[in-house]
This record gives sequence, structure tokens and C-alpha cells, in this order.
Amino acid sequence: MGKSVIIIGGGIAGMEAAARIAAMGKEVILLEKSDQLGGHLRKWDRLFPTRRKSDEVFEYLSNGLNDKVTIRLNIKINKIKKDDRHFFVILEDGESLKSDALLLTTGYDLFEAGKKEEYGYGIYDNVITSADLEAMFRNSAEIKTSGNQKPRRVGFVHCVGSRDEKAGHLYCSKVCCVTGVKQAIEIKEKQPDTEIFCFYMDLRMFDRYFEDLYYEAQQKWGIQFIRGRLSESCENPDHSILVKVEDTLTGRPLKMTVDLLVLLSGFVPSSDTNKLADMLGLLPGSDGFLTPVDEHFRTNETQVDGLFLAGTVKGPATIENTITDARSAAISIIKYLEK
Amino acid sequence: MTFNIFVLPFSLGFIFLLLTIFFRYRKWIKALEKEDRIRFSRGLHSRKFFLSLKEILFESLLHRKMFRKNPLLGYMHMTFAFGWFLLIILGNLESRIYSGWWINPPYYPIFMKFFIHDKHVLPFEIFTVPGFFRFSMDLVLVVILSGLVLAIIKRRRSRWFGIQRTTRLQLTDKVAMTCLWLIFPLRFLAESFTSGAYGYGGGFVTQHFGNLLAILYPFSDKSIAYGFWWFYSLSLGIFFVTLPYSRYMHIPTELLLILFRNFGIKHVKSFSAYADVEVFSCSRCGVCIDVCQLATANSILNIQSVYFIQSIRDRDVRADITMKCLLCGRCTDTCPVGINTDSLRLIERRNFAINQLPVQDYIPVSIREKAEIIYFAGCMTHLTPGIIKSMITIFKTADVDFLFLDEEKTICCGRPLMITGQEDQAAKMIGMNNHLIKTSGAKLLVTSCPICYRIFREEYKLDIEVLHHSQYILQLIRKGKIPLQAYFRNVVYHDPCELGRGSGVYMEPREVLEKVADVRSIINEKNRSLCCGGSLGILNIDRHQRDAIIHETLKTLMSGNPEMIATACPLCKKTLSKHSSVMVRDIAEIVCQAIPGTKYNPVAQLTKVI
Repeated sequence: MGKSVIIIGGGIAGMEAAARIAAMGKEVILLEKSDQLGGHLRKWDRLFPTRRKSDEVFEYLSNGLNDKVTIRLNIKINKIKKDDRHFFVILEDGESLKSDALLLTTGYDLFEAGKKEEYGYGIYDNVITSADLEAMFRNSAEIKTSGNQKPRRVGFVHCVGSRDEKAGHLYCSKVCCVTGVKQAIEIKEKQPDTEIFCFYMDLRMFDRYFEDLYYEAQQKWGIQFIRGRLSESCENPDHSILVKVEDTLTGRPLKMTVDLLVLLSGFVPSSDTNKLADMLGLLPGSDGFLTPVDEHFRTNETQVDGLFLAGTVKGPATIENTITDARSAAISIIKYLEK
Repeated sequence: MTFNIFVLPFSLGFIFLLLTIFFRYRKWIKALEKEDRIRFSRGLHSRKFFLSLKEILFESLLHRKMFRKNPLLGYMHMTFAFGWFLLIILGNLESRIYSGWWINPPYYPIFMKFFIHDKHVLPFEIFTVPGFFRFSMDLVLVVILSGLVLAIIKRRRSRWFGIQRTTRLQLTDKVAMTCLWLIFPLRFLAESFTSGAYGYGGGFVTQHFGNLLAILYPFSDKSIAYGFWWFYSLSLGIFFVTLPYSRYMHIPTELLLILFRNFGIKHVKSFSAYADVEVFSCSRCGVCIDVCQLATANSILNIQSVYFIQSIRDRDVRADITMKCLLCGRCTDTCPVGINTDSLRLIERRNFAINQLPVQDYIPVSIREKAEIIYFAGCMTHLTPGIIKSMITIFKTADVDFLFLDEEKTICCGRPLMITGQEDQAAKMIGMNNHLIKTSGAKLLVTSCPICYRIFREEYKLDIEVLHHSQYILQLIRKGKIPLQAYFRNVVYHDPCELGRGSGVYMEPREVLEKVADVRSIINEKNRSLCCGGSLGILNIDRHQRDAIIHETLKTLMSGNPEMIATACPLCKKTLSKHSSVMVRDIAEIVCQAIPGTKYNPVAQLTKVI
């Protein structure tokens, strides 16, 4: 009988790894908790830095899933057991799935912006997250405030829940900086009269073409970048948002009213990852994300024989890096199965 | 006169101790400020003096607080303190029967059984005067010995006494403790051997035990007994000489502390005679270690009040120990001596303050509006705008005309500066806020922050009423000004340190909460409540250590299995929210949610009973 792999998590990493393993002739069962594949990708409109439609990436990933891949949606896992050779994934209805290897691609959750209560998410109507803005891009022609007006001024807050000791997350979420710049440009493209201010600590434009995007934002679109972390925001009687921030370049406190405030929420380990790690006896790193055996050479293997990791379950990553990592995991798994 | 040279070690030690205590007392009383000295001399001639005597009887001798903490611990302390006290009283009375003098040399009652061998009194002859004394002296001695057995067990098995962690003792403590432990067994053996050798003169235990010893060691010259009398006298002498340099100095000092306290003498901002008396009143019992969350959550075991106070006594106060404290007040609350450990920390912290001068020129110092009621949210509440929005809804629902004093520009109340020792900076803030409050012409100040509330009451000397919003909301509810409709299930209330232990406000928040929710009680609530971990009083622990405190506190709160944690402090709310698996809300938000038709829904997702 042929060997099989169970992949938990049907996002980008799970889909790409499933496609690559199936292409090499192994049976794959792809488990997904929600009612569709694609994970966070389905909530995004366009992707940085190329501005490609996210649906195109989803289509590519879907096309890879051949008849060797069994897709199981709306799955809840009750327990995972392991004997010498096999993993047994027991579902909530008692069904037991068996495989020779297990891949965790359970990804991340967005930081709950309401936990930074001082920014007013969930309290003031015109404070939204980058994910909410992306949903607006996907669903509507225009960006509007809660009062159904075109915003004259929009503020972007960088590092919400990232690099923030008080929020309990010291790490950088990598993709929020460039997402903020991309979204700012997109608002300008749609509604050029909007004034945009980005409040940042420092901009981490680390990857190819990111810096170009940052230059475009300033030079072509006149988006203003103010170095300083937001201390708090309040709601004006007209439901616009008053932000208080220290401009650390001038060393003065600054107050400003915006009609819409966008919080660039960072990555946190997904709640399901924590539960599964517990079942499998994996110890998360100090940041809560899971850690491979070796961070240079064995980047997808874990301390548990036959258990692999791929994608943002290991920490914040771009889509490009997630896809590459999924392929690397596929190679490691094939090698393991053929041992 | 009856004399033997072996009484000298005791007598010399006793004279030394009396002189030391006399000079220390004189030093402390002389060092009092003039008003406090007047308070002291007036106190001595007032009813307060008798109240103090009562307190000394109940606390210093009977150890009532210790009994409440743990019966075994209370019994152990009582046997030593009250037992020894009875021995002194009874011994002195007994010795009068035989000496016939008005004044005895101090050693006489102590060593009476060496000098007097009354063959006319039988061991169980209770109903004659000498028989009563002999019987009771023996009884008390046996009770003290039972306490001694407990004390020895306690060094090994402190958990049986409700103590998890014991204090690390200094050398003088160990010497004094060894002598103290030896005193009573040596007395017992000396008396037993003596009465055994004579065949009479002992009490119901010493005589019978002595008879047994006489069979086992049949020496007719009483030399063994004489040796024990020497050892007994030596142990007393050494104990008295080491006492002023050991933890046992707390025994004479605590008496003075009780007088000072009852006469109205208090801490001042600098290190006073009162503070020094508190320092020497510390018995190093270590009860403060077990309640300290730096110990329980983080195994930091060198900074607790017992060690901090010791460092003051040793004149070796260090920044690390002084600053490493949550100032939660749990040790002050639990201290059996009633030492105000938080105040001592604040006094010492002034020596370690980093007196930075922040830019303050953008702070406003004037307002134009006038109002009857002013609302001061506080900096922390500005970080939890849900509380502000709820308070505004509540004010509007009750149709209250109020001025939001720190709506736009905020001046810190000063307490975060004060508790980190920056008294001068704090004074500046207090001055500016005081000016604002006065010019507003308000008669009532409502604040949402217990930190502000405490300093408004303790330091501002305002002549208007100051209320925390829990107290104010209760007033509004009682006046029927806020209609309440919803009722929530399973809520646990977290007492904020500054509101509860700090300001004594325990009941009002509960009363408010009970109008809108089923409040469950948990262990460690009210004065025993834990610190949320967000304390502004500590800057030298890292985030993992803070997290450990948050988790410990959440674990206690979750023991009530609540659907929501309620609190009354923005800092507690924010800190607990970081790791809580259930919603954490301020009581203002819960009340706001319970107002029928409210447009703001801070507790929307929760199960409503109605």
C-alpha cells in the first residue's frame, strides 16, 4: 500500500505542500477547520508588492490539488495519537484518520486589535483593522467612514500588537509595514483627495521592491510618514478620531484628527496551533510560534519523528516565503517516507 | 540575703538589657517631632493608654492575629509570650511568700527553686497558696515546653504552621534563638534535678521527673542540679545580651510601637523615629514572604519586607531591594505587628529616585469652565477608552451636568512619580492639578482610576468630596437615576490594590456589581486580593516575571469559573486582559451595558439572565 500524509491546515502552506506531495504520488488528506480552503488569502484583495489579485494565487494553489488529495472541510480535531510508524488523527465525530507523516500548516491569527484598547478598536466606529480595510477593497467601490462619507484624512498605525512588550509580542510581524504602504497607495488611487498619515516606529521594507513601494508612496502620492508610536485615540463628537502621538523626529507631542484610523494588526500564533502543539508534545518558542529542529538545515522537521511544520506556524512570513517553505516541507516529507 | 555566684550571668545580662531598652526608648521618644512628643505624653494620661495595654495583651502576649492565621502558629507564639509573662508574674508573687521582702533581687524569683526547698507543700496541693503557685508554675513551664517542641518542628515542617517559606536568619538571631530555646528546658532540668535530689520542693511535673532522675543519677551532692542552674543562668544572660542585636528586639520595641500608633503618631515623608520603631518591631516572622507574589510567582526571595526592613536596620539599604516591590500592600495587610511596610518603602525610595526633568511646558494650567461635578478619567483610563465611553453614557443617562477635566490634555495625578520616589516631580503635578480643580469650582470630583483616587485623598488636601466611580455609580443607582435592566451570569470581581487595600473601598464596587450580575466569591478576595501584575510601583522586573504574576492572579480569579472578570481599575483591566481567556471589564462598562437601550455595548457578547 502507498504511503500517505495528513496535512492540518488548508491555507497557503497546506495547499502548496499538498500539491507537491501529491505530485510525487503520495496520498494526501488535507484537513481544514473552516468551510473553504485558502485561509487568510481569501480575505485579501491585492498582494504586495506586485498588486496581483489574491484570487490568482488561490487559483494557482487550487489547480495543484489533484485526485491524490482528499480535501476535508469543517474539520474539528479531538486528539492526535502516534505509534512507532503511524499518526492517528481522531476527529470530533470519532472518525480516525491514519497516515505515515503529519504536516502542521495551521498558520497564524491576526492580533486582536481590541486588546490595544487605547486605539479604540471595537469602541469607536471609525477605527478599523487592515483586514477590515482589505474587505472594503474586495467588496466595495469606495472607502467610506461609518457615517457613509468619504474620509478626508486616513491614519495608518504600524506595529499594532507587534514589537510591543505591553501587548506581549516582541517580534516583528514582517508584512504589516509593506501592507500599510500598499493599502495607503490603494486608497490614494481610488480617492486621490484623501490625506494619508502613517504612524511608524521604523519601516522594515526588507524584501525586493518594498523600498520602491515606499518611495512611490511618498513621491508619487504624497503620503506622509510620522515617526512615533500612537499613545491613544479618542472619538470626537462627529465620530472622527483624535490621535495622540509623539513625533519623535521633532520630539514633541502631536494631536491630529483623522476620519478613519487603520490598525495594522500583526501575527500571533493561531489558537489551534497551541492546542495541536499541546497534543503532540511540541514546545513553542518564546514568541509562541513553533520551532523546527534546526533553523538552518532542518527547517521543516520537529523533535517528533514524521511530524513536519510549514508556513506561518513557524512565525510571520510573506506569501512568497510561505509557498517556498511548503515546497521545502514536501521534499523533506517525501524523503522521510522513502527512507 | 540569699545569693550564689551562678546568678551573675543572668543578673548582668538583665541589667544590660534594661539599660539598653531604656536608652533606646529615650532616643526614640526624644527624636519625635514636637507635636508627636505632645501626643505621646498626652496619650500616656488618656484612655488610649489602656486601649494600648489591651492591644498589648491580645496581640503581643496572646497573639490573636497569629491564631487567626494558623492555630498551631498562634499557640506556639502564645506559649512563649504569654507563658513567659505568666512565669514572671507568678514567680514574683510566689517568691514573696518565701522572701517576705518588698523588693526582691530580680534573680530571686527566677532561681527560687535553688534557694527554697519547701517540704511542706505536696506536688498536687493546689488549694493552698504556695501549692497553687507551685502547681501553676509547673503547668506553665510544661505548656511553654510544648510550644518549644512546636518551634523545633516548625523549623523543619513550617507548612504545618501555614508557612511555606521561612526567613533566612542572621547569626545573632541564631545565637539568641538557641539561647531562648535552651532557657526553658534548662530551667526544667535544673528544677527537676534539684527537687529530685532533695526529694521534695518540686511541682507536680518537676518533682516526679526529678524523682525519676534521682533514681537514674543517684548523686547526693546535687552537683548535676548545680550545673544546670549555671547553664540556665548563662542561657538567660546570653539571650539578654544578644537580644538588642537580634530579631528579639521586636519584643520591647513593639510595646512602644503600639503606644505610638494608638496615640496617633504616624509616618511622615522622611525617615522618622516612628519609622525606626517600626523597623525594630519587625520580628522577622516571614509572614510577608508567603503573601508576596514576587516570591510565589517568581521565586524572588530576597526583597520581601522582612529583608528590606533588615537592610534598614543594618544600614545597608540597596536600590535593588527597595525598588523591587509591587507596592500591592499584601504584606502590610498581613503583618502581625502592623508595620506599614509600603510607607517604609516609599520613604527609602526617595533616596534612589532618578530625578529626571521631563518637558512639561505643553501642560495646560487653566480652564475657563465651571462645574459642580468634575470627572477626572486619569492617564490609565485614557488607555482604556471603553471605560470613559461607559462613564459618559452613565453621566448622560443620569442627566448629570459634569465637566470632563482631563478630556483633551492630561496631567498625571502624580502618584506614579511618588511611588517611584520622585516626590518633587509629583509635587509639581499635584500643584497643577490642584489649581485646575480649585478653579473649576466643583464640589465633587469623580475619578475612574484608583491610583488617582488614592493620591487625591491622601496628598491633595482637597476641600471637596472625592469619589471613585464605583462609589459614585452606587449613589446614582440608589437615587434611582440609572435604570438597570440586564443581569449577567457568573462574574468574579478583582479588587484593585489601590482601591481595596490602598483606600479601603471593598463594598461599593460589589454592591454596584450585585445589582447587575451574579457575583461569585473566590479565595483571596478583598484584603487578600492578588495584584494584577501591572503595578506602576515596580520597574526592575522583566516581562516574563510580570506575566507570571498575571497568570497567577488569573488562575485565582478563574477558580470561580466566571464568564467575565469585573474590576474597577483601568490598569487592572488592561493587564489582566493581556492573558485572560474570558472578558475583563470595568464595573462602569457592565453598568453601562445594563442600561436599557444603551447605544454603547461594551459587554455585548455575554450571557444575560434577563
